Amino acid sequence: MDGFMLGTDLLQYTVSGLTIGVIYALVAIGYNIIYNVTEIINFAQGEFVMLGGLFAVFFVGTLHLPIFIAFFAAVFMTGIVGYAMERFVIRRTRDSSVLSLIIITIAVSILLQGSAMYVWGKDPYSLPAFSSGGPIMVGGAAIQPQALWVLGVSALVVVCLTVFFQRSVYGKAMLACADNPNAARMVGIPVRQMVLLSFVLSAAIGAAAGVIITPISLMQYDRGALLALKGFGAAVLGGLGNFFGALVAGALLGLAESFCAGYLSSGYKDAVALVLLLLALFFKPEGLFGSGEAAKLKKF
Amino acid sequence: MSKKEWWIFLGFGLFIAVFPWLVQPVRAISHYIDVMVFAGIFTLVTLGLSMLMGYAGQISLAQAAFFGIGAYSSGILTGHFDMNPWAAMPVGACLAAFVAWMLGIPALRLKGHYLAMATMGFGVIVHIILNEEIEWTGGPSGMVDIPGLSIANWKITSEIAWYYLIWGIVFLGLLFCFHILHSRVGRALRAIHEEETAAEAMGVPTARYKVQVFVLGAVFASLAGSLYTHYVTFLNPGSFNLMWSVRFMLMVMVGGMQSLWGAVLGTILLTFIGNEWLQVFADFEILVYGAILLIVALFLPKGLISLVPLAIGSRNSRASAMKEGGS
Repeated sequence: MDGFMLGTDLLQYTVSGLTIGVIYALVAIGYNIIYNVTEIINFAQGEFVMLGGLFAVFFVGTLHLPIFIAFFAAVFMTGIVGYAMERFVIRRTRDSSVLSLIIITIAVSILLQGSAMYVWGKDPYSLPAFSSGGPIMVGGAAIQPQALWVLGVSALVVVCLTVFFQRSVYGKAMLACADNPNAARMVGIPVRQMVLLSFVLSAAIGAAAGVIITPISLMQYDRGALLALKGFGAAVLGGLGNFFGALVAGALLGLAESFCAGYLSSGYKDAVALVLLLLALFFKPEGLFGSGEAAKLKKF
Repeated sequence: MSKKEWWIFLGFGLFIAVFPWLVQPVRAISHYIDVMVFAGIFTLVTLGLSMLMGYAGQISLAQAAFFGIGAYSSGILTGHFDMNPWAAMPVGACLAAFVAWMLGIPALRLKGHYLAMATMGFGVIVHIILNEEIEWTGGPSGMVDIPGLSIANWKITSEIAWYYLIWGIVFLGLLFCFHILHSRVGRALRAIHEEETAAEAMGVPTARYKVQVFVLGAVFASLAGSLYTHYVTFLNPGSFNLMWSVRFMLMVMVGGMQSLWGAVLGTILLTFIGNEWLQVFADFEILVYGAILLIVALFLPKGLISLVPLAIGSRNSRASAMKEGGS
């Protein structure tokens, strides 16, 4: 009986770990997109997730739109925030040092957090699940249908992005900007527009993560910072710039966190991902899937 | 130190010395002494951060954590173990130094974004520990009844006494920092800030100096935390979270990163803004901080202190400023 219980718990923790893990992966992918084009790490990435969730709350709760329309509306609105961030802030920082770029993106994240508090207050909000119906029982573990939505949407995002960057002209052009902005400009790639696109895209993906997770774990104005840190952990662990790596590393972080909460201490579950982040930074800053040789050539 | 620096030093010292006598008779602003005590405590934190950011060109989002390590070391050692506060303080500082060293050796091989994230992650971990170790720290509700400070048999209770004690320590800290900046280490730090690779090629052990400055900043923050604990005599984790690290960074930025005086100016200004003038905004001060940070970073990257020579407007001061930058 005990063995069976253990198995059930394990399955339950695995499912919840993977669900939260793919959210970290989506945050990590947001970092990667901007990083791939600009070599900037956007400290406001977690705020996009928070905004996505809260915008959806506004569209569903206040405007009574169906959840699927609210999903796209929230993604669209957050995309506009990403657009504004690049257009009115990042664009002014052409010659800034890494230090001031960090400070500027931190400033934007604080502004977004403060604005969200102004609009939505300090309460946590929930959303209805995407599809009705009770949990699905698998081997004694209850799987929320929303968890399947989280996994499905995340998988779709990763596939679409991979195709976008490897097959489409725009995607390839974006990668060229990261490699060498001057050369890209010379062959006629509008670098500025690519940077703008990268911010819009990563804001939209962050927002999608925010909307799909809100029915499970609620959303409030100050969730961004921790999501950003854990997402960065996933990005580093997976190798900065590597989409597939982000997915694996995000899942790993989510599982570690979920097992810690289940078997050790729920109070320290947030610390687990951060300790892993520190370990990754110290011992393998190029990540599990990145190449050490390439990492040495990076600007920072 | 140059003659000009001594004059600034003297002038500022004089201002600090007479400040209480100026505000005390006016009842409406007599509590400014209390605000200045906090400003002094925070200045100790930002002096260390200014050395790290302005001179070594590194970022740390863990200063609130080191501040917390000092505060809680003092709180726990004096509260749970009846240790003398003056003995507990160096224990906290040693702990902070050790932790900073452990964190600094691997982390300062990292640069820019990585370092920012590593220190941020570390800061959040410390905050979680302060919240979770309820047996020792009291958890989210914090600790109360922490003993105050006394010298021999004299208990330091009056605000004025605290004011002079804290600012006395700040001046010692300032002298110490200026001494370092004018030494070999200071020149090395400036070289690192200008062009790290070149500095390394010239034989400057850049990594070692960066770790040392990081440890120094942690010790300053820890001592400030201890003094804070004994001044307010209660603690809760809210004062040591990420937002406070950002606030310390903001203080350095607003005043001016590349000058210790900038850190002093920014800290006093922002402490007054936070403790006094932003009370009307209550919860929305975070919005104001974000706006200030963004505006300063975009339009005034060298901080308010860079406006001082312009304000004085004499060509002499600008010329001498240039000469000093070049020497």
